[in-house]
Amino acid sequence: MVSKQVNHSITIALAGQPNVGKSTVFNMLTGLNQHVGNWPGKTVEQKMGEFIHDEHNIRLVDLPGTYSLTANSVEERIARDFILDERPDVVILITNATELECNFYLLAELLMLPVPLVVGINMMDVANHHGIHIETHVLAAALGMQVVPLVASKNRGVHDLLEAAIHLAQTKDSFNPKRPEISAEHKRVLVDIQASLSGQVPAPYPIDWVAMKLLEGDSQVTELIQNDAPEAWEKIHAILLQHEDAYLDIASSRYEWIGRMIRAAVERPKAGVITITDRLDKVATHPFWGLLLLVGVFGVVFLLTYRLALPVVDWLGQGLVSPFATWLQHVLSGVPAWFSGLLIDGIINGAGTVLTFVPILIVFFAIMGVLEDIGYMARSAYVTDRYIHWMGLHGRSFLPLFLGFGCNVPAVMGSRIIEDRRARLLTIMLTPLVPCTGRLAVITFLAPALFGRQAALVTTSLVAFNLILLFITGIAIHHVVYKDEHIAFIMEMPLYHLPNVRTISLFVWRNTLAFIRKAGSIIVIVSAIVWLLSWLPYGDIQTSWLASVGHIFEPIGRWMGLGDWRLIVALLTSFVAKENTIATLGVLFGSHSSALGLAAQVAAILTIPAALAFMVVQMTFIPCAATVAVIKQETGSWKYAFHNLGLLAAISIISGIIVYQIAKLI
Amino acid sequence: MISLSDVKTGKSAIIKQLSGGKEFTNRVAALGFTLGTKITVLQNFGAGPVIIELRDSRIALGRGEARKVLVMVENGEQAG
Repeated sequence: MVSKQVNHSITIALAGQPNVGKSTVFNMLTGLNQHVGNWPGKTVEQKMGEFIHDEHNIRLVDLPGTYSLTANSVEERIARDFILDERPDVVILITNATELECNFYLLAELLMLPVPLVVGINMMDVANHHGIHIETHVLAAALGMQVVPLVASKNRGVHDLLEAAIHLAQTKDSFNPKRPEISAEHKRVLVDIQASLSGQVPAPYPIDWVAMKLLEGDSQVTELIQNDAPEAWEKIHAILLQHEDAYLDIASSRYEWIGRMIRAAVERPKAGVITITDRLDKVATHPFWGLLLLVGVFGVVFLLTYRLALPVVDWLGQGLVSPFATWLQHVLSGVPAWFSGLLIDGIINGAGTVLTFVPILIVFFAIMGVLEDIGYMARSAYVTDRYIHWMGLHGRSFLPLFLGFGCNVPAVMGSRIIEDRRARLLTIMLTPLVPCTGRLAVITFLAPALFGRQAALVTTSLVAFNLILLFITGIAIHHVVYKDEHIAFIMEMPLYHLPNVRTISLFVWRNTLAFIRKAGSIIVIVSAIVWLLSWLPYGDIQTSWLASVGHIFEPIGRWMGLGDWRLIVALLTSFVAKENTIATLGVLFGSHSSALGLAAQVAAILTIPAALAFMVVQMTFIPCAATVAVIKQETGSWKYAFHNLGLLAAISIISGIIVYQIAKLI
Repeated sequence: MISLSDVKTGKSAIIKQLSGGKEFTNRVAALGFTLGTKITVLQNFGAGPVIIELRDSRIALGRGEARKVLVMVENGEQAG
């Protein structure tokens, strides 16, 4: 393969609506030869793959999943801009055999763009199962283009699809499909608009497409013409005002065209046939049973994550990282203390933290991949939406937030299943208020010494307090930043189907790798910096710069009864990892002997109100470096990461002061 | 004409009008909510979101969204 001479380079774009198995097709074609990044200047994931097939150098670009090509969303703009600006040799449209009618709406839109098309009809097996039969050759004849049946999850037809695309790329000029038409009245309007536009449309936009989009009221194209051809716009604007509802008519005529195209080719099941999906949905989408099922499913997810991942995490820590650190300490016995300290306590410790996340992420992404792939995720969103929609979250926010109890890192990464950008950002912003196991470990360690027999009650109340804060903050952000703007809840409910191992494995692989690459380096750097601050300038934490920082914050600490700089420093080091609070207290209180001794020592210097305040601050303190790193990674900008740090810092200080002042009165 | 949110589970209706802003109507039109299209309500518990079937696909709609779709219920009994 490699030795063969490659003489052609073909760019193929993969288009399709959500839930059609487009990424499965992409994965089948590219395997590990894929590159994942972001679309330039956007926070939308871009997947590209390069491979050689029959002496052709193929560049496959996965366009974002979109329902149409009107500028309603970032994804839709990206997809059409790519086709218009880059002019791929061929566009492959992937459709779902069970939802052909809706899926073909995108075909009707694509046919207005100057690019040859091949249609792949995926999930033929699921369709057969539900009594839907499609004659692809009849469809091909009606459309005047190639139509390839697929079962991408079993790698059936994918090869034929690629061959068809390559063949089309070489015979582009022969591409002459049937195109949808609109009503005679609007056709005349289109001619008028085109006449006004003549010679005024900037490259690379085709004039007939621009005219159609103007008639549809597309915001981006309207703006383009307003700015680039103001004179033409005046005339066109007058025409458009008389046809404001044209877009509804255009959508209708597209669906009429689709109906004509597929009528002869698709045989549907008789009415009244109860499918597997109907039966499963009786329970899964029921307001009561559905919720119960959801709790059960998430319980299992939680249990699996911790049963499978935690033993590995422990083993990595005790069996790998600590022995390595001990060994290194031994080897480095001759070098300056600052060097071995930085290396072992700073860098190796940071790397160890990164490593401990890996098993959790692998298990978590695998389970999430399965739930998404079989179609359950949409159901879970449906049953929870009514409870969280009013605070600006989407049903799909529930799972990431819930998993935040385990670890905030996969929770933030998991928020990408939320399609609505605002709901996704809000979910990410609120995630650090969900107490993760690291924070719970600290409070369960300290609570018995601080509160004696009330420890369990206090711990539970602290968790409840965090959730109340989460609701209040959610409502506040929704109200202040988003002005209570309603997010429309419109969601497709895909038919249930079996999961595909390859798609899920690649999903796990890509996400875990992305975490190690992007977040990993940040965690190691933060860990090294915090260590340096605790060492410089005299090699002693008691007189270090970190201690000075602790002293600076003492006045604020005093408002919540935490005037001791050591407590503040312990909180600050939790930035590296939440559990660090305990280790730092151990160092600062000089108590290496026993854990109980340490907790008692801390208890001795804290009054009950101050102890409560310390716990509240610990529970709501700034997110750990790993969480901050993934917030940056997922939102694509440091802005949101810093906003989040500021938000949580403010929440923890205000809550600490309020709790202390109130508790003191009681 | 009644709202889609008032159509009971198992009943079918024909879309007669789409109200609400242009962003909403544009979006649902692309999903297949065009005038004259038949909708079957698969789940409507009288509160919360509804699930409908339209042009062979299943779509969940918030109650607020369902209220913006005005329909005419089909006469006669539904099979199944």
